[in-house]
Amino acid sequence: MAEPARLTREDVAHVASLARLALSDDELDTFTWQLAEVLDHAADVSSLDLDGVAPTAHAMAVTNVMRLDEPQVCLDRDEVLAAAPDVEDYRFKVPRILGEAP
Amino acid sequence: MSALGSAPRPALETAAMVRAGELSAVEVLEHHLATIEAHEDDVRAFTLVTPDEARTQARAVDAAVAKGEDPGPLAGVPIALKDNLCTRGLPTTCSSRILDGWRPPYDATVVTRLAAAGAVSVGKTNMDEFAMGSSTETSAIGPTRNPHDLTRVPGGSSGGSAAAVAAGFAPLALGSDTGGSIRQPAALCGVVGLKPTYGTVSRYGLVAFASSLDQIGPFAGTVADAALLFDVIGGHDPLDSTSLNRPTPRVLSVLDEGVDGMTIGVLAEYLDGVDPDVAARVHQAAEALAAAGARIEEISVPEVALGLSAYYLIAPGEASSNLARYDGVRYGLRVDAEDTAGMNTATRSAGFGAEVKRRIMLGTYVLSAGYMDAYYNQALKVRTKIIEGFDRAYAQCDLLLGPTTPTTAFALGAKTEDPLTMYLSDVCTIPTNLAGHPAISVPFGTGDDGLPIGVQLLGPALAEGDLLRGAAVVEAAAPPMAPPALTASLRGGSQENREGVS
Amino acid sequence: MSTEWTMVIGLEVHCELKTATKLFCGCPNAFGDEPNTNVCPNCLGLPGSLPVLNQRAVELAMAIGTALHCDIRPSTFHRKNYFYPDQAKDYQISQYDEPLNVDGYLDLPDGFRVGIERAHMEEDTGKTTHAGSSGRIHGADYSLVDYNRSGVPLVEIVSAPDIRTSDQARAYVTELRAVLVASGASDGKMEEGSMRVDANVSVRRGADAPFGTRCEIKNLNSVRSLGRAIEYEAQRQITLIESGESVVQQTRHWDESAGRTSALRSKEDAYDYRYFLEPDLVPLVPDAEWIQAVSDTLGMMPAERRARLAQLLTEAGGPSEAQVDQITTVVDLGLDDLVVEAVAAGVGTALALARTANEAATDAEAARVLDPKAYAELLTLEAQGSLSATQAKAVLADLLAAGGGDPAAIARDKGFEAMSEDSLAATVAEAVQTNPDEWSRFCEGDDKLAGFFTGLVMKATKGQANGKAVAAELRRLRG
Ligand SMILES: [Mg+2]
Ligand SMILES: [Zn+2]
Repeated sequence: MAEPARLTREDVAHVASLARLALSDDELDTFTWQLAEVLDHAADVSSLDLDGVAPTAHAMAVTNVMRLDEPQVCLDRDEVLAAAPDVEDYRFKVPRILGEAP
Repeated sequence: MSALGSAPRPALETAAMVRAGELSAVEVLEHHLATIEAHEDDVRAFTLVTPDEARTQARAVDAAVAKGEDPGPLAGVPIALKDNLCTRGLPTTCSSRILDGWRPPYDATVVTRLAAAGAVSVGKTNMDEFAMGSSTETSAIGPTRNPHDLTRVPGGSSGGSAAAVAAGFAPLALGSDTGGSIRQPAALCGVVGLKPTYGTVSRYGLVAFASSLDQIGPFAGTVADAALLFDVIGGHDPLDSTSLNRPTPRVLSVLDEGVDGMTIGVLAEYLDGVDPDVAARVHQAAEALAAAGARIEEISVPEVALGLSAYYLIAPGEASSNLARYDGVRYGLRVDAEDTAGMNTATRSAGFGAEVKRRIMLGTYVLSAGYMDAYYNQALKVRTKIIEGFDRAYAQCDLLLGPTTPTTAFALGAKTEDPLTMYLSDVCTIPTNLAGHPAISVPFGTGDDGLPIGVQLLGPALAEGDLLRGAAVVEAAAPPMAPPALTASLRGGSQENREGVS
Repeated sequence: MSTEWTMVIGLEVHCELKTATKLFCGCPNAFGDEPNTNVCPNCLGLPGSLPVLNQRAVELAMAIGTALHCDIRPSTFHRKNYFYPDQAKDYQISQYDEPLNVDGYLDLPDGFRVGIERAHMEEDTGKTTHAGSSGRIHGADYSLVDYNRSGVPLVEIVSAPDIRTSDQARAYVTELRAVLVASGASDGKMEEGSMRVDANVSVRRGADAPFGTRCEIKNLNSVRSLGRAIEYEAQRQITLIESGESVVQQTRHWDESAGRTSALRSKEDAYDYRYFLEPDLVPLVPDAEWIQAVSDTLGMMPAERRARLAQLLTEAGGPSEAQVDQITTVVDLGLDDLVVEAVAAGVGTALALARTANEAATDAEAARVLDPKAYAELLTLEAQGSLSATQAKAVLADLLAAGGGDPAAIARDKGFEAMSEDSLAATVAEAVQTNPDEWSRFCEGDDKLAGFFTGLVMKATKGQANGKAVAAELRRLRG
């Protein structure tokens, strides 16, 4: 596996925006070297030839876990809405939304 | 005669006495609340102490006993819960500002099982924010201190739970272990910590860090108490799809069976680069196991050396997704902005600490287009290799032995500047999580600095029985360790109460 | 020459499954309840909550796969990560690279076959209401979110790019909807959003040219919108190319009132969803036995139902064009069993088909639960001439309202005593006598005048006379 290019400040800015995090210039600098250091350490993994090795996402092999289609008791709406930062008309209120879901 | 002032009893003994009506749950609780009152300001193990709720629970236990009912195997035993376990109506913060004020409308399965077993919850323990850390220093409310030395870290991320048991705040605690977060603080605080097989303890109600690695497990003062607690919290739960629907090993009943005839491998890679005093303790523990009839072999599993890198690609990847829901819409913190995306960003930027942001960004990066194959998918393949390596080892031996941590507790602030250095403190615990296996840390004397050392026993999936038998042998052979100075001082302070019993 | 342009269309249809509960939690799957009442830790995305897969949803998805002739395979769930307030966890659980159903097809009524690439399971989002001046997302002051729909089970059915005209696209969605309803998987209500269509449209010169750059059109809420949007979009692309510009791969929004599409975002803004295997769920591995069991419960699909009716008309030389339409209507409305049972009870196929398509169809919901025996009796009375068409229609209305009954008794109660032959003959004779000119022309062979006399008799009897009996009497008088 070819090693990916070293993490840049622009990469960090991009992932921060994907993750909905705002970073100051100082934070951007600090995070860039810190994350690059971790990824450099991970080069022992990224540089291995593991063609043909199956990935393991679940350590324990389990399949077909399902429940019956039977209704359960829902949460009390007042309790649910009491936890919300802002509510109107029994709904969660958010500021205006720019653009449709991606 | 009141037993209030007696030395802290193991949970097993307390529960037996409470069930027999020889000790009242309320008295047991008051003793521990007094200990908390005396030393919590120094240790800072808790995000929240809940004396009122605890007293209600303790009274209910005593009432049940009075009526001739059996309150359960943990009757009247105080327990501290890591603050990433959902407790209905009680704040659950994950030591993060972003969950400030949030009260879950439901209980985690383990919380329900504890209550049904008669345990009395004394509060929620401090942790690294969202369990991301190895020192409890990333907590938004500040670090917990190691009861053995208040200038040192208790380890993490379940540092509050480890410290609470070490300080005598509760004989039992629950933590969660994603890369060592139970075993590492247990080792540094001189208590027992068990990370069970993935899927044996329900994750329902455990606030997720890395779902494929997270597992809840016990902290206790003794191996037997850890076994008792594991027997209560383990077992299939239909609310967690990854919960194993097969008989969970019962461990308390097999504890005394010893290790005669077992083969135990000393894991060479885990002794690479650890402090000499730590390595010496591991060899001493191996001798004790040999003396008890186990065959000791040196074993090499070279793949474990890749564990740290694989872990720091997989865990942040999952975490970046698990922590997306903290968006300011439905619960927790909101920082207002002109539009929703801006509100999400302002909320998350203010609500998460630096370590959480670091891991979210790392995880976002390794999952993003163009990097997924080189990092995340590659790490999943390494995970396969690590499992294969362990499988090879377990074809040869029943258990593996090694240190839990490379060093004893380090000083507060020593590793906060350089994340990678901090991450390296989990090098001996991470491979177990990647494999989904169980492992236990047992206190085994102290290092040259007088601080606790933990030795770690590792086993294959569902080998908790063998693991705890081995742990019991190690525990019995452990060199004496002085209790934390603060616990001793409390005992001294309550001398007059103790006289009545002895 | 724009005539050489052809369209290439692929459709993505999201359909909500008709389960009692949501895909990953036990909250009711219900439309129209009070906001935020059908919610739990899971579908609100609360910390610590975990998904557990609904077995019924899986079986309905397998039923769809079976009905669409797909391979049903071991599958996994992934997380599709993106922030949006209606997405409770800020990721959607969806089947990504290993979907449950792959490689199927759907035959349209005219025999045209559309490939099905995949039909995978995923969860729906909550519902956002935009407050403020416009009621739409643009220009809204703020928005309100209701999570009742969050986690409702969906199957997304992705067609191959086999469709070539907007008519075919409409026929595909109509037929797919019928299949979904027939399989019991969905109620197919586009107006309630339980079936939603996105269209991928591109154009090319000639039928063999390589595919052009495509645009995806969202917000198609009816079969009519689908047809209009495709026509508009294809024309837009043709105009662009013919004026020397090129089509940019985009997601576009259909504005029904303006009758046009507009750009939402382009490929360059393609979101990085960071798909990865959902660690909170385990693989779904249906075995052959389970697949067979689901297939065994599946009823007849619309194509089979249409063939069954057409079969009944083979002796009469096969269905006429009008009858093909009637068959389609009857099957679409789920009334074909009524026809089949009436025919089995001795009613002529043409009459049963016509009455069902034209009369019973006016209240299809009631007709679907109508007692088929009563319906067959009614049609028999009409066929025998005991009731006129008008009378039969009035009796049918009562039958539909009550779900059944005795047609003869209802007719009696309404005073629809079949006219005695004597009184009918008298009325016809009266009409003949008062119109001697028309009568002699009729006798000379002008058959059109039969209608004139029938009309007079109907008028005189206020529609009570049986048309066939009148015609017979006229023929008898003419000799
Ligand atoms: Mg979709
Ligand atoms: Zn729900």
